[in-house]
Amino acid sequence: MAGKFEGVDFYDIDTLLTEEQRMVRDTIRDWVEDRVMPLIGDAYIERRFPKELVPEMGELGVLGANLPEEYGCAGLDNIAYGIIMQELERGDSGIRSFASVQGALVMYPIFAFGSEAQKRTWLPKLASGEAIGCFGLTEPDYGSNPAGMITRAEKTADGWRLNGAKMWITNGSQADVAVVWAQTGEQGDTRSIRGFVVPTDTPGFTARDQKGKMSLLASDTSELVFQDVELPEDAMLPESTGGLKHPLMCLTQARYGIAWGVVGSAMACFDEARSYSKERVMFDGPIGGKQIQQVRLADMLTKITQAQLVAFRLGQMKDAGTMTPFQVSLAKRANVDMACDIAREARRLLGANGILVEYHSMRHMANLESVYTYEGTHDIHSLVLGQTITGIAAY
Amino acid sequence: MNVIVCVKRVPDTETRIRIGEDGRSMEVTGVKFIMSPYDEYAVEAALRCKEAAGDGDVRLVTLGQTDSQETLRQGLAMGADSAVLLVGDVTADGLATAKALVAELEGTDAPLILFGVKAADDDQQQVGPMVATLMGRACVTGVVSFEVSGDVVRCHKEVEGGSEVIEATLPAVLTITKGAYDPRYASLKGIMAAKRKPLDEKAAAAMEGRLEVVSLSPPPDRAAGKIVGTGPDAVPELVRLLREEANAI
Ligand SMILES: Cc1cc2nc3c(=O)[nH]c(=O)nc-3n(C[C@H](O)[C@H](O)[C@H](O)COP(=O)(O)OP(=O)(O)OC[C@H]3O[C@@H](n4cnc5c(N)ncnc54)[C@H](O)[C@@H]3O)c2cc1C
Repeated sequence: MAGKFEGVDFYDIDTLLTEEQRMVRDTIRDWVEDRVMPLIGDAYIERRFPKELVPEMGELGVLGANLPEEYGCAGLDNIAYGIIMQELERGDSGIRSFASVQGALVMYPIFAFGSEAQKRTWLPKLASGEAIGCFGLTEPDYGSNPAGMITRAEKTADGWRLNGAKMWITNGSQADVAVVWAQTGEQGDTRSIRGFVVPTDTPGFTARDQKGKMSLLASDTSELVFQDVELPEDAMLPESTGGLKHPLMCLTQARYGIAWGVVGSAMACFDEARSYSKERVMFDGPIGGKQIQQVRLADMLTKITQAQLVAFRLGQMKDAGTMTPFQVSLAKRANVDMACDIAREARRLLGANGILVEYHSMRHMANLESVYTYEGTHDIHSLVLGQTITGIAAY
Repeated sequence: MNVIVCVKRVPDTETRIRIGEDGRSMEVTGVKFIMSPYDEYAVEAALRCKEAAGDGDVRLVTLGQTDSQETLRQGLAMGADSAVLLVGDVTADGLATAKALVAELEGTDAPLILFGVKAADDDQQQVGPMVATLMGRACVTGVVSFEVSGDVVRCHKEVEGGSEVIEATLPAVLTITKGAYDPRYASLKGIMAAKRKPLDEKAAAAMEGRLEVVSLSPPPDRAAGKIVGTGPDAVPELVRLLREEANAI
């Protein structure tokens, strides 16, 4: 097994970081080493999200870390936020997914589209981990194309009545609150889609664990069903008037974190492959001394370095306020694809040991298939970029 | 209760040490520096002391170059309230360091001054006791935990085959070792808050070091192991060697 995780920094990106960003990196890296690594293998095999880590994440300030301090958040810049995602995903994509959903898909929409009262009620609790949130956009029949969503919020005399179902919802069964996107007009009218803050103990709300997963096993993925869920007037996010554009803005936040996060899983796999290649002796020498494995390692290092630079530059643009969703699509697509490749190659380099849970590469490899699919599949981001390049939509 | 903690910036204990071209210093390029782990215990101890008392300030003091600011900010991010960097050369001479610190510490009203039991780099264990001596304070070294009540600090130490309790009258100097004070993580809010906490920088009182490191060399390569045989037949010889040569059993 690999020794202490050393990180990967061939192009000395460290010197581009501020002292504060490095301190954030060291803190989260140490925490992952001390708290996540000892339990993640078992949690994965037991198909269990290690919920006991949530209060610690809250105390560290990981949840919604780039949101302002006045709501109990850490108020970090976006590069520091990206680094947190990288370090969490170095541990496991499921842990990072938890933090992404909580921060970018639950806290962000409440922050960006919520009333002051909604912000005061929910953000401090979500930041501390006292409350867990989930984000419901995808439906059984509307995945890549959420525009057609069926889930409806119907206006009643004193509020809203919610009916429908959401599928593949991270944190769904553990959540105290769900941010649910629902149609308030005719199906297909994307301008009438609105966000609702739904406490999960509201009558008519049920969540069911998704059985039979082969990926992201240390994460809760659930189906949500809403049957005549009666909500007060102020359950709606009042500023979520941009229709489908607003949930997509949330996804841009989360995808930004993914572009950084997967660099972490790739680094973990490379680190494991590198140390294994030096220790494993076959045909009278370490396999790291064989040309084929050296090509493998050289490719890994090259791709990780490219992905790090993409993530870093994206972070600079996000902090400068110039980042576009298309640039995020490129980074999500390229970096996740890179991480999938590296995890698979690392697993192969490890031979039979590579299929064991004691090593990390296969866990990352399996996890990354979910990451490849969620937050806009790889293909959908190809189409986003294709449209950006040609001006022709090909969905 | 106010507590002062003296901390030192040292190479990460995970770092593979390379020796510089002069043969008497460490090559520092590419080396990561951290707060000496024993000093981290001391910072943790000070923070808990403040939390238990419900009031007071934790102030950090270090002697070093500008890069030691980073070490101080790490302690501020953990929760210390203020810090001062005495800019000066850290020599091998513990007494010179102690005098430079005392020039700053003299006249402080803090009943407790804490140190790590030793710096993780030079392992000299001198500075804490020397500061105590120069300031005429009681000193307890190698403390694993302590409690303050009134003007007495009750210190617990682990000694050969048991534990020892020593009470000292305040003001005192304690040097802290691994035990009850696992350092907390610097929270992200703490890291942000650290930027706004006072970190003073002043020239250290000039002190002449009277010790000099004359050479530094890596440990010799480990000799190859010895295979005494295979199977049960080899056991008596193995036992004999373990007993007579290795003195291991
Ligand atoms: C573990 C996990 C967690 C998730 N968490 C959440 C969550 O918290 N909240 C949430 O709302 N959703 C979540 N999702 C859902 C995820 O975002 C969707 O699965 C994703 O958007 C794809 O939708 P789909 O599965 O219905 O695939 P489909 O849209 O049916 O796509 C099937 C295939 O067709 C391709 N395809 C689709 N359209 C086109 C096209 N026009 N041209 C060419 N190819 C196309 C896709 O790329 C894919 O290969 C999660 C998913 C997973 C696996």
